[in-house]
Amino acid sequence: MNKLDSAATGEHNVNFRQIGKARTRTDSPGKVFGKTPYAGDYVMPDMLHARVLRAKVPSARMTRLDVSKARALPGVAAVLTFKDLKIGTVATDIPGQTGFKRRATDQQILVDELVRYQGEPIAIVAAETVEIAQHALSLIEVDLEPVPGVYNVFDAQKPDAPKVFGTDNLVASYKVRKGDVEVGFAAADVIVENTFTTQYIEHAFLEPEVGLGWEDEQGVINIRSSTQAVETFRYIADAMGLPHSKVRIRGALVGGGFGGKCDVTVELYIALLTKATGRPVRLGYSREDSFYGHGKRHPFIINHKTGFTRDGKITASKIDITSESGPYAFMSPYVLMYATEAGPGPYLVDHVHIDSRSIATNNMYTSAFRGFGATQACIAYEQQMDEAAKVLGIDRIELRRRNLLKTGDAIATGFKVQSAVWTEECMDRAMAALGEKPKDKGAIRYGHGLAAYQQGYGRMIWLHDTAEGWVGVEMDGTVLVRSGMTDIGAGQTSSLAQIAGELLGIDMMDITVYNSDSSTTPLAGTSSASRGLYMSGNAVRLAAEAVRDRLAARAAKHFGSTADDVDFANAQVFLKSDPRQTMPFKELVAVCASEGIHRAELAIFRAPFGDWIDPETGQGQVHPDYTYGAHAVQVAVDTETGEVTILKSIGAHDIGQAVNMAAVEGQIEGGVAQGHGYALSEELIYKDGYLVTPSLSEYLCPTSMDSPRIECIVLESRSGLGPFGAKGIGEPGHTPAAPAVANAVADAIGTRVFDFPLTPEKIANAVRKARKAG
Amino acid sequence: MANRKMLTLAVNDTVRNVDVATNETLLETLRRVGAVEVKCGCEKGDCGACAVLLDGMAVDSCLTLTHTVGARAITTIKGLGNAEAPHPIQTAFAERGAAQCGYCTPGMIIATQSMLNNDTDTPDEADIRQALSGNLCRCTGYTKIYDAVLESAKVMRDTAAAGEMESVK
Repeated sequence: MNKLDSAATGEHNVNFRQIGKARTRTDSPGKVFGKTPYAGDYVMPDMLHARVLRAKVPSARMTRLDVSKARALPGVAAVLTFKDLKIGTVATDIPGQTGFKRRATDQQILVDELVRYQGEPIAIVAAETVEIAQHALSLIEVDLEPVPGVYNVFDAQKPDAPKVFGTDNLVASYKVRKGDVEVGFAAADVIVENTFTTQYIEHAFLEPEVGLGWEDEQGVINIRSSTQAVETFRYIADAMGLPHSKVRIRGALVGGGFGGKCDVTVELYIALLTKATGRPVRLGYSREDSFYGHGKRHPFIINHKTGFTRDGKITASKIDITSESGPYAFMSPYVLMYATEAGPGPYLVDHVHIDSRSIATNNMYTSAFRGFGATQACIAYEQQMDEAAKVLGIDRIELRRRNLLKTGDAIATGFKVQSAVWTEECMDRAMAALGEKPKDKGAIRYGHGLAAYQQGYGRMIWLHDTAEGWVGVEMDGTVLVRSGMTDIGAGQTSSLAQIAGELLGIDMMDITVYNSDSSTTPLAGTSSASRGLYMSGNAVRLAAEAVRDRLAARAAKHFGSTADDVDFANAQVFLKSDPRQTMPFKELVAVCASEGIHRAELAIFRAPFGDWIDPETGQGQVHPDYTYGAHAVQVAVDTETGEVTILKSIGAHDIGQAVNMAAVEGQIEGGVAQGHGYALSEELIYKDGYLVTPSLSEYLCPTSMDSPRIECIVLESRSGLGPFGAKGIGEPGHTPAAPAVANAVADAIGTRVFDFPLTPEKIANAVRKARKAG
Repeated sequence: MANRKMLTLAVNDTVRNVDVATNETLLETLRRVGAVEVKCGCEKGDCGACAVLLDGMAVDSCLTLTHTVGARAITTIKGLGNAEAPHPIQTAFAERGAAQCGYCTPGMIIATQSMLNNDTDTPDEADIRQALSGNLCRCTGYTKIYDAVLESAKVMRDTAAAGEMESVK
């Protein structure tokens, strides 16, 4: 599998009619004509408007809370505080997973006594208008007495540190012990040690969190919200003391997620206020609310100590990882697991020793963000490889080449990768596409950088992941797909239409997909973890295949052939052996309908199930499979001002099999732009727990002025676990982009900034320091 | 309470009488009267999701007070075209994969039309990057948006040239 075969890489789409091609997505027309309703576009008669009162300080004891004036304000329908809650807490775990139950990781819904981060909700208000709700917030009297907080992971680990979480501020910790790292270091000629740090990052999806709730005639609380996870209905029901069947979440097409809409946000407040008032309630976050109201990407501190032989073979890798979780657990333990598993990167290392921990502070809580910890790991291991190459005097690409994992090799956790590992091909193609480095001009220095990576796709196998999908054919021959999968803009629903269309011979644009309704579409899990296409694509494939098999059996009877010989294309059914023998698909369907042949199927796809890795050695299987690739970047750095211009940015990835090539490229290109911002400009700055960048003019996402045309090189090994051999690409496209930029900047200026983001100030200072030293 | 005014607004060739507060933004008014294709991303002029055309020029509707609009024609993405009569920019955005989550798309398409109306009908990539710099996109990395804008500008030039040829005949 590891050997490139030209038929698989050179010629796309050889076996498919729709799969693999760059197709206009089924959701595109609605979006370009302004017809797509987003969650915030729905209104209902008699609807109330909600607002959230947030703590203005990061660490305090609430000594008084008086909402009487707010409740008395005309037009206010409800003001809820912790005293009004039947159950005070809500789960922060992955919704719907069954393999394993965490303890003591719930979050208080509204501040009871202690404020643990700036922006923590204290009260929620529903009123006739947004203005009245806003006015009501200003009438709520709160006394917050500051208590000592802890605002960095170093202080939080001291014995006398204020306790934010548990008895020691330790949210999670892991170990990996593969081989014997002392033996490995003894065999080393050179040991390279460095520490890399990363910053808090905001998702900055364009659509802030929003939803509308109402109670229906069956007493079910319905919530239409902008979410990556309709399965949070369970947590909302639990938090309200309701049966799970009495809470329903319907999504809408989502205005961006990137992991930031996986946790419960507006939904629970909407549900509580709907229940309290008996009226529909809409809650739309302002942009500022969004900055304060959902978990961020974790800052990490990663130390690498790596042993090499003189000719560049890694002999040992000792890695120490600390992430900042903020005051609540949310996804922090899992994110740390990803970072730990990915510790040494896509390299074969016999002796690995990793210690990792996630530490609570009173800064903002952290949770899922595209890449889920494997991204931060990549920022560290790929900068470490470049630093090592410099010390060893070996070409950076060559050093990687000498250490790359191959199919069948054991990663850090001992798991032997079964699918194709085409990292080398991806590196070579990405570097070749960069071309020659321009000659330096005065203060302008040019740099090339590369980063390779390993990113798991699908959930960790002890979470026992499943997805259901339904495919059915109407009596007129039109095809419906039902899937609980949320569509967060990556073309999730469109790809399901393409898969069903491929198998049933119907054009994807003629297929209708209903999705993301926790009560009426089969549950499929969150759109996260690069699992959407992998899991739901497989479920819909299984369902479509079952329907196709039944239709084919009836067609075989009609043609007097075997079912194997029947094929479906262009809304026709025909014989492979004799394509002149044909009948319209809808005629076959009409026959099946008249004979009571079942034209629909509900299928379930189960990912590989397994147990938690060994807690002492960290050995075992974490992910079902991995995506591999590399990213290359060319930058120009103004050494006087420290300003970086990205000139070329090229992602090369083996994605197994594209379903919609345009959507694959879109995932890579968008992930890369987020990587550019990660490396250079984006940073949520917390000063003693206070966010000082709560707007899009202070938190700097890349604009078009910052963004070069991004190039994609897409390889298809057809070796993945997704439909038709697909691997996940939602996160992988993003993972190597930021370290590739960092390596290009270091190449340009001849020294490295170890602390993300690489702002002009840090770069200019590093240049000056290097000049003084040199 | 803010003062209120009765105004006549021309939205996508439909004239509407609306009662607005004098501190009401055009974004609030448009969404209130049902033009929810205009998206709210930040209410501070940082993201461009709410852009509409005023007499062919893109403005952030969140930074425009409704009572200042006067007789200027307001055009939203729905005013440019629809499935039966698509505008070339809409077609190019759909076919080139320039819309992912689609939340920035109305503003992006409006900003593109404004550039083609007011700045240049033969944009190169630098012109496009400048013209769209007030519109954030978090999904696409802009690459497919550049492609879509280049293509739509070409289609519109070709159509205009064909029209001129036709009138010469």
